[in-house]
Amino acid sequence: MSDASLAKPVRFRAATEESPATRWALITVAFAGLAILVFAPLIAVFVEALADGVAASLKSLASPDARDAIRLTLTIAAISVPLNAIFGIAAAWFITKFDFRGKAFLITLIDLPFSVSPVVAGLCIVLMFGANSAIGGWLVAQGYPIVFAMPGIILATMFVTFPFVARELIPVMIEQGRAEEEAALTLGASGWRTFWTVTLPNIRWALLYGVLLCNARAMGEFGAVAVVSGKIRGETATMPTTIEMLYQEYLSVAAFSLAAVLALLALVTLLLKTALEIRHADQLAATHRH
Amino acid sequence: MLTSLPQRTAIRNPRAQARKTFEKQPMHIEIDEISKSFGTTAALHPVSLSLPSGALVALLGPSGSGKTTLLRILGGLEFPTSGRVLFDGQDATGLSVQERRAGFVFQSYALFRHMTVFDNIAYGLNARPRASRPTKAEIARRVTKLLDLIQLPDIGARYPSQLSGGQRQRVALARALAIEPRMLLLDEPFGALDAKVRKELRQGLRDIHDTTGLTTVFVTHDQEEAMELADLVVVMSMGRIEQIGKPQDIRARPATAFVKDFITA
Repeated sequence: MSDASLAKPVRFRAATEESPATRWALITVAFAGLAILVFAPLIAVFVEALADGVAASLKSLASPDARDAIRLTLTIAAISVPLNAIFGIAAAWFITKFDFRGKAFLITLIDLPFSVSPVVAGLCIVLMFGANSAIGGWLVAQGYPIVFAMPGIILATMFVTFPFVARELIPVMIEQGRAEEEAALTLGASGWRTFWTVTLPNIRWALLYGVLLCNARAMGEFGAVAVVSGKIRGETATMPTTIEMLYQEYLSVAAFSLAAVLALLALVTLLLKTALEIRHADQLAATHRH
Repeated sequence: MLTSLPQRTAIRNPRAQARKTFEKQPMHIEIDEISKSFGTTAALHPVSLSLPSGALVALLGPSGSGKTTLLRILGGLEFPTSGRVLFDGQDATGLSVQERRAGFVFQSYALFRHMTVFDNIAYGLNARPRASRPTKAEIARRVTKLLDLIQLPDIGARYPSQLSGGQRQRVALARALAIEPRMLLLDEPFGALDAKVRKELRQGLRDIHDTTGLTTVFVTHDQEEAMELADLVVVMSMGRIEQIGKPQDIRARPATAFVKDFITA
């Protein structure tokens, strides 16, 4: 007559806690997804790169084309990322600190590069600055070609990566409001001083994230750059476009070696971000809330 | 209008000597037919008001009465749609926020969260042009003196996030006083505090006002606070001034039905 279940201790569960079965199922799905979609391809790149041994891989990276591509990609990132950081700060500042007509429209405009296909963006630049256009024709005549040259690649990269910095900054700056800047002004600081001593220190973490994301994308951009660069080897071929060309030519060790370098650059970016987060964890926690 | 106020500064106060560092003659503020509209909505209908030199004035009213807008116009954070502001008889309407030299205490204090209390208080002195900037040692001396004035001598090295609400309010006051302001403007200085701290800090503000002698204007929606603390109360509603007077006069003879209703609420 005694019911075994009566003796069983009752186990209470928090309202937001799931049963062990559900938890394990969710964790498995997440891990499986990460493994199949992220880790496996990344490992495959490195495996392919080293298929003929480390020496062959290094030799392909030492070729003039590969070295030019790496140099060009790093140069493009070094120019477009700081410029986009400045534009992003200006846009975020403008949007969050002032009230004006057409604000919502401007925010939409900042997001445009996310929704427009990079190929379309590249074509737009060709149409605007190509040798057949008014501006492009004139610039070519002056000896400053945009399309099939470095300026075009920089424009294309900047277009595609434009939203990253502004997108990171806008929510942070909205949350922080204007009071601290107003306080600095009442204390006699100029607008410029207020920006350097109050605004910038308050947004530095968001700015750093934005810049790192922007940098990763700037180095990896393919579509828009492929259209505007003309993929001239040793001149306008960036890492991603060179990888694609090598792959099309069945030079798989060379293609994957360069791809591995590109992936490593992205990984370094992520590691840098994590390292900074760990190192400044206390500061992050202290400055986030009053 | 009252021009001289009974000297409340008591010799009992050892901080009375701090007074010497502030204006010899506190400023007289005149608001002449000031109005302000945001788009099509009028935040302030033309209002006129004379704030006697050295008075502690409360702008009292419910939210949306235009009291904060008026305070921000005095501080140079907003510009009026029409009308003039006169400081000691001089037209100050066109003066920039920096030129106003108003010590402004913001509603949630707006302390610089990435700076220590010391650096917060020193900010205004460091922001001065090189020619008039005090030396490092002089800045340190003044910050120490202000920390003593707000009775928090040991918190210079802390960050705002490590302070209680009441401590933050006092640091904000010290930061505003550091620039040797010509007037002190406070936006709901007790709004973010709980009831007990509120009462304690009321006396603190009164003491600091009496010590510095500065013409002080504070905004509040709490009639008890205004009546207890201020020399002169300005009751506002819907962008208009309903009544100006000493607390006891307003209490004894409310000028309009609104005032009567508001001060007995």
